[in-house]
Amino acid sequence: MAEQSPQGAGTGREIREGMKDAVPVVLGYVPIGIAYGILGVSAGVPAWGVIGMSVMVFAGSAQLVGVSLLGAGVTPLTLLATTLLLNLRHLLYSSALVPKLQKMPKSRLAWLAAELTDETFVMATRAAERRGRLSFPFVAGLNGVSQLSWIAGSTIGALAGSLVGDPARLGLDYALTAMFIGLLALQLHGRRELVVAGVAAMASLALAVLGVGAWGALVATLAASVAGTLLPGKEDPLVEDPARASADDDVGVRARGERA
Amino acid sequence: MTLFLEIVAMAAVTYLTRCIPLLAMAGRHLPKLLLRFLAGVPVGVLAAFAVPLIFAPEGRLDVGVHNLNLLAAIPCLAVALWRRSLIWAVVAGAAAMALLRLLLG
Repeated sequence: MAEQSPQGAGTGREIREGMKDAVPVVLGYVPIGIAYGILGVSAGVPAWGVIGMSVMVFAGSAQLVGVSLLGAGVTPLTLLATTLLLNLRHLLYSSALVPKLQKMPKSRLAWLAAELTDETFVMATRAAERRGRLSFPFVAGLNGVSQLSWIAGSTIGALAGSLVGDPARLGLDYALTAMFIGLLALQLHGRRELVVAGVAAMASLALAVLGVGAWGALVATLAASVAGTLLPGKEDPLVEDPARASADDDVGVRARGERA
Repeated sequence: MTLFLEIVAMAAVTYLTRCIPLLAMAGRHLPKLLLRFLAGVPVGVLAAFAVPLIFAPEGRLDVGVHNLNLLAAIPCLAVALWRRSLIWAVVAGAAAMALLRLLLG
């Protein structure tokens, strides 16, 4: 009966349209999820942990770094501090999303926040340009399908990785480093990025050679990001328009939708 | 059990970064200085994690031809810039490493 009411029919359509908007995200998330799953089990994390992280955390870069830190046996404090740092950019997306959403109860905002990523944020922002303020079912559909595809990719990868045997034989122990190199190459545009990356690289290398351990990378990142805020000149595109800039950051949407 | 709790804690930390502005800001903007700081963090993190793995895999600076991590980084970077694709960069890096081990290891 509920589907018969205009309210219910509208809700169903909104969910379906949100799910449709998730297609480019799915095309990016499935292969990256597979790569993450393989990397995770190669790093020595059990498959349930690799998949469980995709269910509970749902943050690509934090998960990729997370499995390598877990494999290296760092302390929980290092793991959590790294996770926090890698996810700080969500503050930006979360605050930029507020004016794109229809008025809704806090419980619904809390639901939508759980699946906010680089990619779902970009797609929601683009949809808002087209449709105006977004409804709860639309964004929930977009986000839900996106996360399901991430979990599916991770599961395939974790199971495939368990079958590989010795990951070093296929060079898979190098895949995480390769992924960092790839992400860095795709993001290095603009003066602030170059300066921040340069400072972070040198500081982190110096601290690593001094034997500081995983904290070195965190300290270097903080120092470099602070150095970046001191740069005079034009505002960063990410500051002016997070949606446009983050379209460049992301792993899947750009690789598939923007450049292909 | 430890791993489960660590994942739950990671999820909690991640969720906080996602929900705080959405629930608390109600359309107000983040301060400019904070935005500039946040803009640098993603690229800073990547450089800070990647560069020691490439140039000091054993914990000391190594720019010699025996540093396979450094050698494999070259085709990986080239493919990343050429294809503008993360997946192909990972494939190139891993394949280069496997090949280098086969030839030199």
